[in-house]
Amino acid sequence: MQGLQSNLHDRIEVQEPPVIASSRRRLVLMVSCCTLVSAAAQILMKIGMTRLTHVDVWALATNLPLITGYALYGLFCLMMILALRDGELSLIYPIISLAYIWVTVCSYFLFHDTLNPLKLVGILSVILGVAMLGRQKADL
Amino acid sequence: MTTPVSSMLLVLLASVIGSMGAVFLKLGAARLKDIWSLLNWRLGVGVGLYVGSSVFYGWGIKNGQISVLYPMVSLGYVWTLGWGRLIFNERLTSQKFMGLGLILLGVLCVGLGSK
Repeated sequence: MQGLQSNLHDRIEVQEPPVIASSRRRLVLMVSCCTLVSAAAQILMKIGMTRLTHVDVWALATNLPLITGYALYGLFCLMMILALRDGELSLIYPIISLAYIWVTVCSYFLFHDTLNPLKLVGILSVILGVAMLGRQKADL
Repeated sequence: MTTPVSSMLLVLLASVIGSMGAVFLKLGAARLKDIWSLLNWRLGVGVGLYVGSSVFYGWGIKNGQISVLYPMVSLGYVWTLGWGRLIFNERLTSQKFMGLGLILLGVLCVGLGSK
């Protein structure tokens, strides 16, 4: 019985009111922008780590990329907490995978990583997946 | 270089712990009122689980290919779908399944392309 009820629930949700659909779309867009911050943080951490030849307090305290990276990561976490307050976990959490895509794209330009057709298909697929989560007309 | 099963299990464990971290972050976020409420224990547990998850991940990638192991972290999205349904009574729509499917496929392709 409960299964049937939740099934009905899901079907009703497919035609969600326009107001909810547009706020969901906005949330997906906002979280997508936040992943840029996370990607920037990860790249700065990588740059900082490669500069770090030995670990001591002075080397850590003067490593600007590393410090900025951690600060940006903290900012990203704060933004995610705020997003989670208003949005569904099952909607927001998968969007964070976009950060991985930005890092892959930036690594091509910054660290001369290779890009191949398989990677490009993957990048496209993740972006399509996030777009699907933000789709206003949930008629699929 | 092959990836041992033990590394995969460690990364799998990391993805489960990380997804539980997200659950606690959401529980804590629901109680946010002012800047001081950022110091509530649920957010603390959430951040702690995230740090724990990265420790297991770091341990896992010591022996193995990152191109195989990193995409496994995104299995955490599957777990959060379950937690969202069980704990927050979120609706699992076909839209979410399709979006997640495309994301997982994409992360897998990028991982395999990074070999």
